[in-house]
Formats: sequence, C-alpha cells, structure tokens
Amino acid sequence: MIRTPLRPLARILPARARGENPDVIERENIRLRHETMRERARERAQGRLVLLALGFCAGFAAVGARMAVLAASEPTEPRSAPATAQIQAQRADIVDRNGRVLATNLATHALYAHPQDMVDPVRAARELARIFPDLDAEKLQAQFTGESKFVWVRRKISPEQRQEVHEIGEPGLLFGTREMRLYPNGRLAAHVLGGAGFGQEGVHSAEVIGTAGLEKALDGRLRGLEDPAELGRPLTLSLDLTVQAVVMEVLGAGMKLLNAKGAAAIIMDARTGEIVSMVSLPDFDPNDRPRPPTSGEPSDSPLFNRAVQGVYELGSVMKIFPVAQALELGLVNPDTKVNTKGPMTLGRFKVRDFRNYGPELSVTQVIVKSSNIGTARIMSEIGPVRQQAFLSTLGFLEPIPLEMVEASGGKPLLPRKWGDIASATISYGHGLSATPLHAAVGYAAMVNGGYLVRPTLLKGDAPAQGPRVISQKTSDQIRVMLRQVVTEGTARMADVPGYMVGGKTGTADKLKPNGGGYYKDKVMANFAGAFPMNDPAYVIVVSLDEPVETSGSEPRRTAGWTAVPVTSEIIRRVAPLLGLRPVIEPAPSVALTRARN
Amino acid sequence: MRSLFYLCAALAVMALAFWAYRENYATQQALKDVSKLNREISALREAIRMQRAEWAYLNRPERLSELAAVNFDRLGLLPLQSEQFARPENLPMPPVDLPDVTDAVDVMAATAEEEAQP
Repeated sequence: MIRTPLRPLARILPARARGENPDVIERENIRLRHETMRERARERAQGRLVLLALGFCAGFAAVGARMAVLAASEPTEPRSAPATAQIQAQRADIVDRNGRVLATNLATHALYAHPQDMVDPVRAARELARIFPDLDAEKLQAQFTGESKFVWVRRKISPEQRQEVHEIGEPGLLFGTREMRLYPNGRLAAHVLGGAGFGQEGVHSAEVIGTAGLEKALDGRLRGLEDPAELGRPLTLSLDLTVQAVVMEVLGAGMKLLNAKGAAAIIMDARTGEIVSMVSLPDFDPNDRPRPPTSGEPSDSPLFNRAVQGVYELGSVMKIFPVAQALELGLVNPDTKVNTKGPMTLGRFKVRDFRNYGPELSVTQVIVKSSNIGTARIMSEIGPVRQQAFLSTLGFLEPIPLEMVEASGGKPLLPRKWGDIASATISYGHGLSATPLHAAVGYAAMVNGGYLVRPTLLKGDAPAQGPRVISQKTSDQIRVMLRQVVTEGTARMADVPGYMVGGKTGTADKLKPNGGGYYKDKVMANFAGAFPMNDPAYVIVVSLDEPVETSGSEPRRTAGWTAVPVTSEIIRRVAPLLGLRPVIEPAPSVALTRARN
Repeated sequence: MRSLFYLCAALAVMALAFWAYRENYATQQALKDVSKLNREISALREAIRMQRAEWAYLNRPERLSELAAVNFDRLGLLPLQSEQFARPENLPMPPVDLPDVTDAVDVMAATAEEEAQP
C-alpha cells in the first residue's frame, strides 16, 4: 500500500522558504487522510445494512410465499398416513341386540345430464325411457333440448342400469356417487326404524338423513355429528330380530284370522325397559317409504305406529292400577269384600258389569272377573286427586319418551274435568285414552317389584332402575292376581304351559270419531301382562283394532276371545327364543298362596 | 495429492447424488404403493359392506322361514318349543375315567366296557 507522506519535502521546503509554518501542511494532510478513512468506513457500513435488509426481505418473502402457497393449494390427505378406519361411511349401521344388521349403507349412483354436452339428445331421451320405463321420453327430450344446463334423471340406479346407461354412449349423461340407506329385513321393525332420505344433494355426494322413527330421532348420533368416531360403531338396538319376526308373523296371522283392522304388540324387559319387540300392523317397507296420507284418518295409514301413537281407551287393562293403589294405600287387601251390586249409579251414569257377579266379590275376584262396579267402588275410596297423582307417576298423563320422533304423538287424551264420575270411568279404562306403550310401562312397574322403568330402544349396558312407585308387597299381590286372571278368569286362553303367564284383558268400545258416544260393534281388544309370573322377565301388551271372532254362533269381540289367544301364541313362540326355561309350576301354588295368607 | 483429493470429492458427490436420487424415487414409489393399497383397502371395505348387506338380506327371517317351509321334507325344521329345553343333569355325560387317547383300540374297548355297565 502506498502511503502518502504527511510532510512531503516538495511542499515543506518552499513553504519554509516563504517563512510559513510547515505544520499547517501536515495537519491539512492528516485531515484529508481521516476524511478518506471515514468515507470508506461509511461505505462499508452502508453495504452491510443493505445486505441485512436484503436478508430480511428474502426471509419475509419466503414466509409470505409459503403462506400464499398454503392458502391457494387444495388440501390433501397426507399420503403416507395409514388408511383410517371406515371414513367413507356416511351414516352408522343399525344392528339388533345380537349384532344382526337392521340398516346399512350401500354405494350406488345417481344419474344426471349436462344437455349442452349431448351429442344426440333425442336418442338419449328415447334410450333412457327404454331403460327406466317410468320415465317419459317426451318430457326428457324437452328437458334435454331446453335451456337448462343440468338435469337430474334418477336419484338412485342399480349397477345393471348404470351399465345400460353407459352403453348409450352419450357423453352428456353423467354419474354421481351416492350412499343409499338399505334395510335388508324389509318390513321388519319398519315403524321403529322409520326411514331415511337424501338431504342436501350435490353432484358428487348427498347427505343421507333420517326422515322418521329412530333414524330421525337419533340422526345426529348416526351421522356422527357430535363425535365422528361414532360413525364406525354401529348403533345397537334392544330389539331382537328373531323375536320381532315371530311377533310380526303371529300378530299378522291373528289379525287376518280375526278380521282386525290393525294390531300392535310390545314386548319389553320388565326390569330395564328395553323393548325387545315392537310391532304395528299394517306396516310398510322402509326401503320404499310411502308418502304420508294427506286425507282421512292418520291411523289408517301404514305409517301410523299403533304401539306408540295409537291413543285409545285401554278398557279393563286399567283396572289393575286402582287396585294396586288401594293395596298400596292400605285401603283394602286382596280378600276385602267389595260391593258389586249393580247397576251402580253415579250422577246420571249407570255403571254395569258384563254380567251380574252377585252382591259382593273379593278384591282379587274383582280383577279376575273384571268387575266394573267393583273397581269403581274401590276408586271411590281413593278419590280423583290421588288417582291422578298415581297415574301421573306411572306416566299416563304425558307422552312416553322414546327414541323415535313419533313418540311425542302418543299424548294421552284426558277428561276435561277429572271429577268423581271421570275418576270412576277411568278406573275401569274409559275416559282416559293412552297408548299400548303406556300400558307396558305401567304393567312393568306393577310386576317388577314396584320400580318405574324408562322404556328404551337402545341396548343398555347397565341395568336402569327408576324410582319406586309401589312396594314389593303390593307388587307381589298384584302378580298373584294377574296370574289368577289367566288361571281362572277372563284370560284363560293365555296360559302357556311352563311360562306362568299373567295379565289382564281389556275390551273397550271404540269412540265414534266426531263425538256421539261409542260404537256398538267396534272394539279395541287389549291384553297386558307379563311372563313368567313367578319372576317377571318380560311385559307383553297386545292390542287388536276391531277384531271379530266368528267361530261361534254369534260374533265374539271380547279380548278373551281375540287378543288373549294371539298373546298366548306369541308367548308360546317367543319365550323359548328369549332363552326362558319353562318352569314346572309348583302344584297347588306354594309361592302364589303366600300373599293370600 | 491435491488432484487425488478433488477426484475423491467428485466421486463422493456423484455417489451421494446417486443415492439421494434413488431414495427420492423409492419414496415416491412407496407413496404410490400406499395410495394404491389405500384405494384397494377402501374398495375391499366397500365390498365387505356390500356383502354384509347381502348376507343380512339373504338371512332375513322372512326368507329363512320360507326356506325352512320349502325344505321341510329334507330338514324337518320347526319353531323352537319349550319342551326342547333340558337340564344339564339330564344330558348323557361322557364317562369320567377314560384312559388317555394313545391307542384307538384301547379307548374303544374302554368305552365299550363303560357302556356295558348299567
């Protein structure tokens, strides 16, 4: 490096000669040198700053660009991740208590058209009408040649139909994937399941949503809206497929034989409230659910679930409740004599019995013979206020909650004024209308030791025990009475050897639809009971709408001749399937005499 | 010496590049295989669902009872009856003191003796 001298002789000497101070020159040179040094340092610092700024800029640009890329790109599954279990299912399966499929999904296709892409719309319309006979070629052609750019042709097509449509070779006909709800058992449990249909529809997929029954009530659970993991787990119902099939078969045969208009049956676990079978006839195919009726009686539609929505007077089935209440309150015991001299006058009403049962009967005999007068007399001891409270605890004043949307339709019809007269008529089952499900819940509490059960269609893990409504002692006495109704009373045909059936019949004249009293020749025949009566496991309620038994010289309509034989056949077939071992009844009933002293 | 070092470095770079490319292609292939397998798995799942549905359809109680009725001559199937329940003590139980199954002839002789006894 060449250093410029601070005191160059070439300038010092002439300056000395002129008599000037040579130090001025030196200072001047030092100043100049410092200036250049400062300049260089400044430039270097500036360069570093620019570099730093460039570095920051590059960093921010990289972050920004990455964000832009992330924001603009399509989200994709990580390709190296293992296949997760069953993400493709849109709706969880429904299975019965033994895991047999009641509802599942099937991949299928929907057919739609883009008319602007069509080569030969006329031919396409003609061919489609050939493949799907219910389509109208003229109408399709009008749609294909019209203004629209998108036409739905069919919501669901089978693989064979899809192949045939492929063979038309029309580029404007396109397929969208669909999941379809399938009920492989057809009509079985149709009312419980309800049905499903498409919700929001797109080209590539469509929501499958429940339209009725359990499918609608538990839609969120089935679609995994709360917890997507639930999609992979099937929903297990308390229904038993085999039992359901047998009940349906027997009830259907009974309904046909007795010329009934409709029928319903419920079999419920007496302790847990799990419904093992629920049948309502006539029924429908949930795969092809009919449209709800727009006119006429709703109960005439096959969609009507008689077991849950059928609000009718239950008749003498109700008699057990005042008797249980009177026993519970200590007003009577099973052997107390009750005055049954008829007719009993209540205001301007006269209460009569089916036939004259003499001047007095014991409380047990009142139930066994089904005496209206006897029950009304017992009721007069209890009074309407306490009666209303008791029926309210048993759930007779409100719809019974159940995992079906139709459950809220089972609202009981109550008397406008619940006075002494209403109280008396309700005691033997007139004046208060309720559903077979109400009867099942009430009877479960009567026979299971006095606990209220909450009916459910879902298989539970833990035994659910509700609050106590009557004491164990009362429940035991009721069981003895109900058993005697079958062994020596109005329901003798219900006896099934080995299964100790017990229960109560009820025949209620049907109300005329627009007031004006009762029909003379139209009845609801009911039977509510339980089996086996020594340790009730299941409650059964059977209800027939307008049955007639015509084997005798005159038509018989009472429940003893209609609902009872049907119930007995159901129990005979179903009890072995439920795994109940037949019990040889102790000869002159050791267990049964206990409560009678 | 120096040129040998350069040569080694160049060779090492080439070898590493070769290895890196090979790994890259292997990874891509593995990902392709995975997605192919995933597609296959979902297709098989779909097929299983379909067959479960078909199984449920073919085993619906309505059809089974029809089949039982049609084939009654051959199978003689009837609904389950309460008389068909038995107690364990009523079942014939195998004799307790059977010899080990080492020789078939011994075992047959032993069971024959057992049956001959009242």
